[in-house]
Amino acid sequence: MSDSQTNLPIGDVVVQTIALTRAFGDLVAVDHVNLLVNRGEIFGLIGPNGAGKSTLIKMLTTLLPPSSGTATVAGYDIVREPAQVRRHIGYVPQLLSADGSLTGYENLLLSARLYGVPRKERTQRINRALERMGLMEAANRVVGHFSGGMIRRLEIAQSLLHRPTVLFLDEPTVGLDPGAREAVWERVVDLKKSFQRTMIVCSHHMDEVDEFCDRIALVDRGRIVDIGTPWELKAKIAPDATLDDVFVRLLGTSNEVGESYGDVRRARRAAREHG
Amino acid sequence: MAMSGGHAAPLGSTAEASRRPSLADYVTQTFAVAAAEVQKLYHDPFELLTRAVQPVLWLMLFGVVMARVHGVAPGNVPYLDFLAAGILAQSALFVAIFYGIAAIWERDLGVLQRYLVSPAPRSALVLGKAMSAGVRALSQALVVYILALLLGVGLDLHVLSIVGVVVAILLGSALFSTLSLIIACIVRTRERFMGIGQVLTMPIFFASNAIYPLSLMPPWLNVVSHLNPLTYEVDALRALMLQGGTSDYGLALDYMVLLATTAALTAIAARMYRRMGY
Repeated sequence: MSDSQTNLPIGDVVVQTIALTRAFGDLVAVDHVNLLVNRGEIFGLIGPNGAGKSTLIKMLTTLLPPSSGTATVAGYDIVREPAQVRRHIGYVPQLLSADGSLTGYENLLLSARLYGVPRKERTQRINRALERMGLMEAANRVVGHFSGGMIRRLEIAQSLLHRPTVLFLDEPTVGLDPGAREAVWERVVDLKKSFQRTMIVCSHHMDEVDEFCDRIALVDRGRIVDIGTPWELKAKIAPDATLDDVFVRLLGTSNEVGESYGDVRRARRAAREHG
Repeated sequence: MAMSGGHAAPLGSTAEASRRPSLADYVTQTFAVAAAEVQKLYHDPFELLTRAVQPVLWLMLFGVVMARVHGVAPGNVPYLDFLAAGILAQSALFVAIFYGIAAIWERDLGVLQRYLVSPAPRSALVLGKAMSAGVRALSQALVVYILALLLGVGLDLHVLSIVGVVVAILLGSALFSTLSLIIACIVRTRERFMGIGQVLTMPIFFASNAIYPLSLMPPWLNVVSHLNPLTYEVDALRALMLQGGTSDYGLALDYMVLLATTAALTAIAARMYRRMGY
């Protein structure tokens, strides 16, 4: 079955934020962010912990209402039309979102039903997603016994069953070994090539971002510090600069702008359970 | 940057994304949440076994002793029969009250976010959880029925009576699991919930007709118990599950109270549920 999204030309704006802002008390986690993400892009968000990347993604996925500013995702307003936005996005959170007490197949079935995938297509689509993510053999095993990389691939499969316009991946390779990271990215790139799916990815791994992202936004203290292709960003620093150099030059080593205790606890727990 | 008038035309997507949601979708989404819970129990039924211990203890220790005290049971029903209905409601209550902490647990893990980013209406998510609480509670009902039969309780096994019991348990479980979910949305951490769960469960249980008739209570407690939905659940169960059981308030009122309270709590929980995504 063809994917009906492809009837739109590449270059369409899929995500647009206008002065998007979120404050928690005195802390402005996301501060007047303006972003344009085009169809078919893999768009990277990098920055130190607590820079506001996850908060930005939570607003774009309608989990968190903005304090001010607006954004549209797939052409729908995140505040006025959250239900429409949800229909058109997939989200793989940083935390563990597959249910460990269900099998791989049951996790996918749950997603298919929640997203209104027509009954007669469910089995076929689930099987295809399992195949695409290399999980066919594990389909009927309880996810609690999966490896971290398998869980991530299952979560990506879950978020794709309804063929979303935009896929949000928050730290998709956190806590994974290099082999598993590679396998996850292989699938992500395959999705872009096969379906021109738009993807917004947060990552701490500069090598991954450099290799796989079309454009990158550097985020620090809730603001966009710079946006460009990996090549553009590196070229601004030095001819042979790496993305790590860009990170240090533009953001300093401001890793001390910490997350809350709760964030750290959750991230570590998630990392442990993925690993 | 100047804003263009209105936003861009929505990008085309798959058929199900552009289709208007229907009642059938709503039912599918609600059942999807409940089905997932049932599948979990199927993979690991250990929880059901351990939960069955409590009603067994109440009936076999507390019930057997209290049955020797004269004047507790009202009228024509032996105390153990009287208690059996109360313990059935109690085990359903204890299952349901656990739902809030399960929601916090799922939020901390990240599983809940998957539900919240889906297009399912929040009320469907809440109702799905409420329904699964009912399914868990029904497994408890089976234990209580078997035990009651072994202890010689005069059970009414007429099909319609059993259907009535099932409905009362489903409603009662939905009611208290949704209440629990609302509390979870307010307190937000497991530690706080544990404290509140204890503080809540005991008065709901003791300020009701579950283990003694309201006529034994001092007037103020009698009034409180009349405001407690558990009283109406127990009243319906007692009328339906026992031979010669009667309802003090009328089954119509019992079901009305349970249904109306559940509906109101579901509406509130649906509004608050999104806060779990923050």
